Amino acid sequence: MSAEKRDKEEEVKTDDGSPKIKPRPIVQLGIFLISHSPVFSVVFSAAGVLALLLLPLLAKNTYISENALMPGSARSMLSHRDVSDGSKLVKDIKNFRSNHEGQGVEVQRLIGKYMSEMGAEVYYQKFHPEGNQFHPLHFFSGPDSYTLLGNVSCASYGVNVAGIIRAPRGDGKESIVLVTPYDSINGGEYEALSLGIASSLFSLLARVTWLSKDIIWLVADSRYGDYRPVAAWLSEYHTPSFMVSDSLKCDELNTAGSFKRAGTVAAALVLKVDGRSERFEDTLSIYAEASNGQMPNLDLFNVVNYLAVHRQGFYVRVEKVVSLLSSSWLKTVGEIFEAVGKVAHTLNPDWNFGIPAADYLEGSATLASSLYSQALGIPTGPHGAFRDYQVDAITLKVSPRFPADSKARQHDFFQRGAQLLEGTIRSVNNLLEKFHQSFFLYLLTSPSKFVSVGVYMIAFALLVAPLPMVAASLYIDGCNALTKATHNPAKNLKSWKWLDAAKQVFALHLLGFIVTLLPYFICQVPGQHSPTNRSIMWAATSSSLLLLTFVTIPSCSPFSSRLHGTNWAVLKSVTISAAFIGLCLMSIINFATAMIGALLLVPMCLMVRPIKLDLRSKRVKSLVGAFCSTVLVTIGFPVIVFAISKGLIREGGLVGLSLGGEFWTWLESLWAWKSATYLYIGMVHLPCWLLCLCILFHPS
Amino acid sequence: MVRLVISWIPFLILQSFLVAIASESIEVEEFSEALLLKPLPDRKVLAHFHFENRAPPSNSHGRHHHLFPKAISQLVEKFRVKEMELSFTQGRWNHEHWGGFDPLSSMNPKPVGVELWAVFDVPHSQVDTSWKNLTHALSGLFCASINFLESSTSYAAPTWGFGPNSEKLRYGSLPREAVCTENLTPWLKLLPCRDKDGISALMNRPSVYRGFYHSQRLRLSRVESGQEGLGSGTVLEQTLTVVLQPETISAGTDMQPSWFLSSLFGRKVVGRCVLAKSSNVYVQLEGLSGHELKKLDPEREAWKNAEFELSIKPERILPETSSFLFVYDIEKYSDSEPFDLGLTWKLPSKWASQQAPLHASRFLMGSGNERGAIAILLKATESQEKLSGRDFTDGRCTVKVNIFQIFPWYVKVYYHTLQIFVDKQQKTGNEVVKKIDVSPSTDKMSSGMMEMMLELPCEVKSVAMSIEYDKGFLHIDEYPPDANQGFDIPSALISFPDHHASLDFKEEVSKSPILSKLKEKSLVRSYTEVLLVPLTTPDFSMPYNVITITCTVFALYFGSLLNVLRRRVGEEERFLKSQGKKKGGLKQLLSRLIAKIRGRPIEAPATTNESPEARSSVFSSKLVFKIILVAGAAAAWQYFSTDK
Repeated sequence: MSAEKRDKEEEVKTDDGSPKIKPRPIVQLGIFLISHSPVFSVVFSAAGVLALLLLPLLAKNTYISENALMPGSARSMLSHRDVSDGSKLVKDIKNFRSNHEGQGVEVQRLIGKYMSEMGAEVYYQKFHPEGNQFHPLHFFSGPDSYTLLGNVSCASYGVNVAGIIRAPRGDGKESIVLVTPYDSINGGEYEALSLGIASSLFSLLARVTWLSKDIIWLVADSRYGDYRPVAAWLSEYHTPSFMVSDSLKCDELNTAGSFKRAGTVAAALVLKVDGRSERFEDTLSIYAEASNGQMPNLDLFNVVNYLAVHRQGFYVRVEKVVSLLSSSWLKTVGEIFEAVGKVAHTLNPDWNFGIPAADYLEGSATLASSLYSQALGIPTGPHGAFRDYQVDAITLKVSPRFPADSKARQHDFFQRGAQLLEGTIRSVNNLLEKFHQSFFLYLLTSPSKFVSVGVYMIAFALLVAPLPMVAASLYIDGCNALTKATHNPAKNLKSWKWLDAAKQVFALHLLGFIVTLLPYFICQVPGQHSPTNRSIMWAATSSSLLLLTFVTIPSCSPFSSRLHGTNWAVLKSVTISAAFIGLCLMSIINFATAMIGALLLVPMCLMVRPIKLDLRSKRVKSLVGAFCSTVLVTIGFPVIVFAISKGLIREGGLVGLSLGGEFWTWLESLWAWKSATYLYIGMVHLPCWLLCLCILFHPS
Repeated sequence: MVRLVISWIPFLILQSFLVAIASESIEVEEFSEALLLKPLPDRKVLAHFHFENRAPPSNSHGRHHHLFPKAISQLVEKFRVKEMELSFTQGRWNHEHWGGFDPLSSMNPKPVGVELWAVFDVPHSQVDTSWKNLTHALSGLFCASINFLESSTSYAAPTWGFGPNSEKLRYGSLPREAVCTENLTPWLKLLPCRDKDGISALMNRPSVYRGFYHSQRLRLSRVESGQEGLGSGTVLEQTLTVVLQPETISAGTDMQPSWFLSSLFGRKVVGRCVLAKSSNVYVQLEGLSGHELKKLDPEREAWKNAEFELSIKPERILPETSSFLFVYDIEKYSDSEPFDLGLTWKLPSKWASQQAPLHASRFLMGSGNERGAIAILLKATESQEKLSGRDFTDGRCTVKVNIFQIFPWYVKVYYHTLQIFVDKQQKTGNEVVKKIDVSPSTDKMSSGMMEMMLELPCEVKSVAMSIEYDKGFLHIDEYPPDANQGFDIPSALISFPDHHASLDFKEEVSKSPILSKLKEKSLVRSYTEVLLVPLTTPDFSMPYNVITITCTVFALYFGSLLNVLRRRVGEEERFLKSQGKKKGGLKQLLSRLIAKIRGRPIEAPATTNESPEARSSVFSSKLVFKIILVAGAAAAWQYFSTDK
């Protein structure tokens, strides 16, 4: 695109003597934009940030898009008998655990017994708790088969219990999964309450006639975390291994070959009960973000929210960044927007886009959290495991308002929790097709408000729009400078002027790629190392590799003394193009990462100038420019970004070498979850930062 | 008087003639009805209605029938159907609890939806045509979308994997067909008494459809007379199998529920269908321990003992190896004295039904919209050891298993990826596969089919098979309604060719067709689950976007193409140069006009000498001014118009 524009420009410029052919309007516009690129880049970037800040105002109220769901239209059939079944199970487990210590499997058996008494098909599944192993080639590959390593000990395994209720007249093609993570050894009393709710519901579902999909209740053994047991169960469900497995050799529980299935999973709900609610009402927190910013269909979220608010009277909340709630600058922004909204309202009563500043603050805190968890690419709960198999799932975390041992309140709590789940399952059960009607790409600003992809794309598009313009204008400048400086005919071949710069950009991107893969090899280093040591190892190898690159390819080095090295303008132009391409690609994979990345990269790439040039001129304007670019480049370093975000979110102190360790652990979690953010940092952000560094110290 | 007698004579002759014909036809065309009731181990009750209608081979009355439904006989005549079976099923047969190795559970369980197979008595080339016509005829007859089986992508021609071995067999199934009372009504119309009288009067729609399993079946077979000049006869067998849950006040979880016919169906039998030759009700009780039964006095204690009690004394009791059959004739019951059989349990009773040697289940593997795998899992049941029918070839005890499976074309199966694991050890094809026939699918033309015979050692515990496939892309108009639900893969049929199920009655069976059917050896078979494959679906709800984008692309394409074809750069330059030299007022006007017609920007001669930057900035400042002016006017108008 930019090349095309440049060609036209050249054409106009070179035909000086003869009367000009007037270029066409679109070309004219391009020329206009390129020639005024500094102004436009400032305008566009500012507009991008403004659009991002405006998002809470532009959020729409959620609505149920799929008519077949009909949430809350049927009366609940939950009876007291069902609820007392649930209470009995909770009591039994409590008694059992107070009598027996450390008998993990027995609790599962007890739950299994209850399930089969209700008329479900019960089975037990054993799994090994070792986490995901990082393998660089396994990014973006589907969930692989659950293969066991040879050297697992018999002592450490978890046991999942699952019960299936077959729909009486259904055809068994589809199923709905209900997951309750439960740690039978050191789970608290609150955790057992989730079993009570699920058991009340299960007892109801075993006798209803309206089921058209089978119901699976999975009690996941959360001894080794919430996510792992669910992932192990799903992997056995979808990609079983028919070969002989080692886990059967040390068999305490007869689990061999009894795994049962119930068709394609239509939706899944994960239910957890934790802690006591801080508010007067029972609180329901909904978690929806799965790996790499994938979200469940908005309809599923809405059904739960609708039923919880309008039928069961829960206080529904989604995660928010708490520290933002007290930030004064955001409050000021909110007040400004409120004032503007009021003025607009007086001008035309139909313009109702203003919202109170407090709402704005809440909305932006939620939006920031939504953006952050999507950008991180790590699922916020066990529901993330389902998304790997294209199943819509959410986690519901309920906090009751009473202490766990209060018997009187428990009954009411079970009833409301089970009715919420009953309503949701009934809605999903009504659904003939899978979820497809509503949004998959959205950001939440409150449980009942969302920003759809069409709106939040604008902010990103505005942010990255200056990049190609500036790249084109810089290229023209650079070419002109080069033509003046050298009279070498070979260099005047205009199409090859970018080659040197491109070499350097490519070399540094290759370096970024290698640095991305390095942790895998560092993990293979024998012996136990602390995360700090590993991060030091990583930093040492990466920087030595960087030096090696500079030595072997001299044209790449920012410190080379050659006068006629690459022109910094051309280098910057190619860098910006590479950053533009990288950001655009990332926005397809994980939009939130690209958005946050653009906020960091775009100002850095646009501002950066050789510091020598600015110092030489000694004008105030250029000195300020030099200062700005130095600050931006410093902030742009991934470790610094990490440190700042840590400080922003937790407000805890952080210093010294432990930061490296923390950063390593953070990165390790990223690749363990196959987060594309890791790839982005290694292959887009890091090379661009290095290139900016090169430009900053360019000997021009 | 004499005149009177004489005038009577022709009438008498006519009458005797009619009686003769009538008596002859009653002898020949037979209809019989029967109901078999059987308590199931999981507190449910199986009710199996069986109606048989026989039209004997004869030419004497041509197209006329007395009892046999005309619609069916015409169907048989027209399409030369030799054998045919049509079933409508809702719900899944529970092999574990309801049995898998008795004649009832090997004949009656059918795949969900509609299943149809037929053997034709026509030349090879006409089989497909006959099948297509037959599907349309049946579709009209039973108010179902059986006509969808007409398409060559939905049926197959099994050779040996499906029961009858024939070259002229066609098989198809529609898993998504909803079964409803509108399918039952035409089926009942084929019965001589419909549901007005006799046993079929029990079919109260709400209670029949409230059941856990519902399968309505129609089977036709032609009986060749063997005599010269005599056509062939037809046997029409209609069965309805329902599994019901008796409504009882719960008396402990291990106590079997007691029931009456009136509580099961909400109706009573008020007499037989007068056209039926026989109308019987049977109660089968199985799982009673054998030696206990022998101790009981069959006449007095078998139906009324400490464990259970039947409310009516049976006419006869037929003992079987592991069960009893109580026989009732409902001829003597009437409106005043309706037949309302009841079974009362007195003691908790528990038994297990007989199982097929291997239990089959099928599921999909993998995720995503690209590829996946189908797996069939066969697991040994507990009753495996007790079964007979083993084949001792080469001193090795083996069990044979036939697998018949149809793959729709959008599931592109790679047959070479077939993997078989016996007891968790991978086996090569030669070791276990005795026979395999594969016909690959053709895209949008025909479905694929796999017939496979496995020979497994008797002590086998589990067999797993997996076969990989790619998901195909459908054309936009090939998507069915509700495409986002996914696409069905019809049930696979698992049968055990060496195992036959039959009830072995001690005494000689009467002429009752249902008993002879039960006594007949039937192949043990079971259908697996229907699978749902999610395929990629276009966004049907956004045709507007699609149209917009397509039109934009086309406009851009045609615009640039025309530009390239039409524009001559050299000519234009020459023209411009010549124009630059002479600037006549009239010519300028003309050139402007031409430029306007051609749709290119009008040249402003005054600005030609300025540098491009300046020109563009002047141009843009003008433009910006204009835009601001228009926007201001619009805002003002908006303000004044709304603020009245």
